[in-house]
Amino acid sequence: MSENNRLGVFKTYKLYVGGKFPRSESGRVYEVTDSKGQWLANAPQSSRKDARDAVVAARKAFGGWSGATAYNRGQVLYRVAEMLEGRKEQFVREVAASEGLSKSKAAAVVDAAIDRWVWYAGWTDKIGQISGGANPVAGPFFNLSTPEPTGVVAVLAPQKSSFLGLVSVIAPVIATGNTAVVIASADAPLPALSLGEVLATSDVPGGVVNILSGVTAEIAAPLAAHQDVNAIDLTGADAALAKELEIAAADNLKRVLRPQPVDADSASDSEDWQASPGTHRLTAFLETKTVWHPTGALGAAGSSY
Amino acid sequence: MPTTAPAFADATASDSALRRFLFGLPGVDAVGLEARAAALGTRSIKTTAKAYAIDLAISMIDLTTLEGADTPGKVRALAAKAVNPDPTDRTTPRTAAVCVYPDMAATAAAAVAGSGVKVASVATAFPAGRAALDVKLADVRDAVAAGADEIDMVIDRGAFLSGRFLKVYEEIVAVKAECGEARLKVIFETGELSTYDNIRRASWIGMLAGADFIKTSTGKVATNATPANTLLMLEAVRDFRAATGVQIGVKPAGGIRTTKDAVKFLVLVNETAGEDWLDPHWFRFGASSLLNDLLMQRQKLSTGRYSGPDYVTVD
Repeated sequence: MSENNRLGVFKTYKLYVGGKFPRSESGRVYEVTDSKGQWLANAPQSSRKDARDAVVAARKAFGGWSGATAYNRGQVLYRVAEMLEGRKEQFVREVAASEGLSKSKAAAVVDAAIDRWVWYAGWTDKIGQISGGANPVAGPFFNLSTPEPTGVVAVLAPQKSSFLGLVSVIAPVIATGNTAVVIASADAPLPALSLGEVLATSDVPGGVVNILSGVTAEIAAPLAAHQDVNAIDLTGADAALAKELEIAAADNLKRVLRPQPVDADSASDSEDWQASPGTHRLTAFLETKTVWHPTGALGAAGSSY
Repeated sequence: MPTTAPAFADATASDSALRRFLFGLPGVDAVGLEARAAALGTRSIKTTAKAYAIDLAISMIDLTTLEGADTPGKVRALAAKAVNPDPTDRTTPRTAAVCVYPDMAATAAAAVAGSGVKVASVATAFPAGRAALDVKLADVRDAVAAGADEIDMVIDRGAFLSGRFLKVYEEIVAVKAECGEARLKVIFETGELSTYDNIRRASWIGMLAGADFIKTSTGKVATNATPANTLLMLEAVRDFRAATGVQIGVKPAGGIRTTKDAVKFLVLVNETAGEDWLDPHWFRFGASSLLNDLLMQRQKLSTGRYSGPDYVTVD
């Protein structure tokens, strides 16, 4: 049989929830096209029930992931970078198609994304030193602050930067021990859905990252109002949606990361994902626990502990 | 003993008569039974029907704690939850009963006094049922004296599985006599009965012996209430009422944890036994974690946003 006669094998892109690859509970899919409007694949169009299931999975995974040592989380995240390296070609193809980049430019973006992942992997056991430490207090106490993960974080991935931007919002959230429910870019969800396959074959426990594709506003609204979600990253929302979601998120005092200025029109992807990210995305979803430890009475004979 | 319906008086006259009667019951079509239970589980129950089902399910719960580590404090906390399941929404119905061990029955009775919530107590050497009849009867007397409104007894599965059906029957009759005013629920432990035919036979022994409720399981073994075995027992109580006019309740217990599961059981009740059983007097859920899921779903329906486990009590 000649090469030309071979039928194409199309990939069924699926969600990644709780370590499994379900279709949308609603059974819906939508067409994903490349930057020129050519059909690429059908992606699942998630419903609010998929969002609910993802939160349940993320909550279930939170205890184990936040309880793992920072060193262990770093190793696991580094393993993800290793897996990404092995599947680089696929991501280059998907990024080139969805963002309209040349092959070499797409390859540069994927390299940057893998490096970004390694960079965040290194932060897992260092973030405690920069965002916590000993506090000087006027009393006979050791006073120590230490950062702890916030919980389940809903992440609206950037709409335009479908892979580098995606990695730049997921990695910091899980590096610090949170679990994430991620809404992929609506127009370019394929790299995100493929990332799910990479995470499933790394050592990341199921449920730590859950990836949903579909209409951003439809999935984000129930997540923002969900009482069992502790924080939300509004990176992928336009100004109007961000406002609406922030109001809904206030109901149970979610921690909100809203990178876009309040009066911006729509440019939600103004962030330069190639630039060095700094630590603000790591510290955005941390809670500070402070411990007062008595040093004992400081008697005439000096310290007594 | 007047408990046996006259229509079946002959059936319990002797061990061999009872055996003949039980083996004369039609065999269960296992594939058909499971297919029907699964098919009824696919019904879509939404909006107002769902709200009705959630409230009905809450009102049917026997809120249960059967742990070696039960303390009076835990039982009182559970009783408070049974009386007022969701303190943030006083329109939430109370549960049907709290279900405890006999030594906690008095504590539970004091805690729910005047609320309308019943006290159910397991007895007869629950959950194994491996004790002498005198000991079992003393256990029942103790629970009734402590104020239990309902007694959940276990049958002697060893006797049942070795074919001594009359012994099982007579034990239930004896326990029923000790119950006095209290309603008697008979637990078959369906997970230990091996076959659907055995579950049907056990159901008939229980009903003939005067049980007020037949109950699937203790919640202490691997296989507890399933839609199929509950459907089978619902068919038994339906047939029994058709034959004798006596209505008997059904209580699936163990393994029912989500609202979706509970609604599936309610569909089974409605489609099999009928509307008469859609009442806490005739159908119960033996459960503990189910209540929290029902409350979270109820909050979702009333507020429009998903609730979380932080908004319901742990026990």
